[in-house]
Amino acid sequence: MALAKIISITGRGVYVPGNDIDTDRIIPARYLKCITFDGLGEGLFYDVRKNPDGTDKPHPLNDPRFKGASILLSGANFGCGSSREHAPQAIQKYGFRAVVAESFAEIFFGNCTTLGIPCFCASREDIALIAAAIGRDPGIAITVDVAAQEIRFGGQTAKAVIRDAARDALVNGRWDPIGELLEGLPGAREQAAKLPYMAT
Amino acid sequence: MSKSLFEKVWSAHTVGRLADGQTQLLVGTHLIHEVTSPQAFGMLRDLGLKVAMPRRTFATVDHIVPTDRFSEPFADPLADAMIKELRRNCAESGITFFDRATGKQGIVHIVGPEQGITQPGTTIACGDSHTSTHGAFGAIAFGIGTTQIRDVLATQTMALGRLKVRRINVTGRLRPGVYAKDVILHIIRTLGVNGGTGFAYEYGGEVFDRFTMEERMTVCNMSIEGGARAGYVNPDETTFAYLKGRPYAPKGAAWDEAVARWRAVASDAGCVYDDVVAIDASAIAPTVTWGINPGQGVAITENIPDPALARTADEKASIEEALAYMKLVPGAPIKGTRIDVAFLGSCTNGRLSDFQEVAKFIKGRRVAPGVKAIAVPGSQGVGMLCAELGIDRVFRDAGFEWREAGCSMCLAMNSDKLVGEQICASSSNRNFKGRQGSPTGRTILMSPLMVAAAAVTGAVADAREVFGI
Repeated sequence: MALAKIISITGRGVYVPGNDIDTDRIIPARYLKCITFDGLGEGLFYDVRKNPDGTDKPHPLNDPRFKGASILLSGANFGCGSSREHAPQAIQKYGFRAVVAESFAEIFFGNCTTLGIPCFCASREDIALIAAAIGRDPGIAITVDVAAQEIRFGGQTAKAVIRDAARDALVNGRWDPIGELLEGLPGAREQAAKLPYMAT
Repeated sequence: MSKSLFEKVWSAHTVGRLADGQTQLLVGTHLIHEVTSPQAFGMLRDLGLKVAMPRRTFATVDHIVPTDRFSEPFADPLADAMIKELRRNCAESGITFFDRATGKQGIVHIVGPEQGITQPGTTIACGDSHTSTHGAFGAIAFGIGTTQIRDVLATQTMALGRLKVRRINVTGRLRPGVYAKDVILHIIRTLGVNGGTGFAYEYGGEVFDRFTMEERMTVCNMSIEGGARAGYVNPDETTFAYLKGRPYAPKGAAWDEAVARWRAVASDAGCVYDDVVAIDASAIAPTVTWGINPGQGVAITENIPDPALARTADEKASIEEALAYMKLVPGAPIKGTRIDVAFLGSCTNGRLSDFQEVAKFIKGRRVAPGVKAIAVPGSQGVGMLCAELGIDRVFRDAGFEWREAGCSMCLAMNSDKLVGEQICASSSNRNFKGRQGSPTGRTILMSPLMVAAAAVTGAVADAREVFGI
């Protein structure tokens, strides 16, 4: 199965402010009671987005101006906490194709990359500039360029860093490593045979 | 050349280098549970793949099980579908499942060590971020996502970038009434919730040399709360003594050989770390959280932070956000904060020694009126040992509900949940917004004995005063 080469993504953006946004907040645990990832998009940020009676709370994702955004912007340490892949799955199923934040938690970053969602680190100042541009014109086209490691918006360019291995995997269409790992399976069996705890 | 345990284990499990520069790492032991694995088995079926080394995966059920009464079918049809799906997947693939009927069911991070599956010098992965717990044995253990579970099932390997190693030395002696939980809450408070990003934490120093395995597990468990994907302690005589005789531990001559290998895998004296941090044990007090992440903690003798005194705009904003959610008064003492619920359990503090320690102090005491107190053993094994020792009786007599094994109120994927704006004194690991099941519920993290002190007084209290320590 050939994977898409994810070289750059262009779309509208939405800014969800805050640092240390954890994966429980991205997708509350009750949405994890499922045996497939289908339908998770509805639960995205549910408890900060909705009142218990299902009506909307003030939240950027509820603002009609930002409907259809495909680039999510946020603060530092985005995706911390639980390793639940349900979090990036919900982000993807909601319609986001890239995330830009000051920094990311490790497990979340890896989960996103494996799903083909590029996670870019940008400076706080640049995120504020992009957020301000979106605020002025929610329809503004934002391009996150994986290959060039930059974000282009309204004639401006901001630096966006993505870890080398992830960039390589995305732009070369090998972000899902299963094919390569299967090629290495004979080697894995040899290695396992050398380790007494695995051999027995 | 001197090497750290991390380097030795990493190189012994390296299969090769992938095109993107990451390592194809052999996962010696794979643990699975009902929440994050069913989709992975679905992906395997879609790709027409089979489990490559089924004997190296072990399963249990923990997140969704009701702890008030284990009776199937579960009242919650979604939970019931999940346990059935896990049974089917394990049966079809030949994976050992510590199901309820085996008497060995429990929280995955309690079952692995209890069965002797968790061993030094191994790599362990599980679709749960608290997999770092197993590092207490000198294993490199980390949480993974569901697509990676698929990778491990299909190939017993995964793609991973190498971590740096930060040595954390906790020197001196802990003061009475200060526990492993306080040590890790103190470390996270000191280094920050993202201070460990990109690192494995190697914990050491006199405090860890003296710690039991269960204390080491409590600390390693919460490494991820400090941003570190893995945390470990070098194996020593304490490790070997814990493992000897456990069901999956090597036996006879193989035991002696294993111990020799385990000794050799410990970090060499003089090995170079990417970073070293020193922490003075005597400076650690019983620690409780006041905010919405595990780094927002204070000593029980301190006050709730005041945003007006914050040093940076960032800090001010994060204090304000946390206090708005927690509805606590800036600058007020944390001690005396009324609680509604006391929860004792979880993969952080649901082991025999946690209940034993609390039982010593609550004998003859009563849970305060209006407080719901629940004690949840982390595994059926822990529950049985507590019953043999009469510990369950001590808890019941004190007014605690004594439950059956599971994750319970740590994450509210079962019937144990906070209601409305209830405040919970909790021995678990996360105080995120909504974590314990109510979107407005509030969590204060603390050690098991501090939970007991809160339970009997009805408010956040200093266990040293309450129990005369």
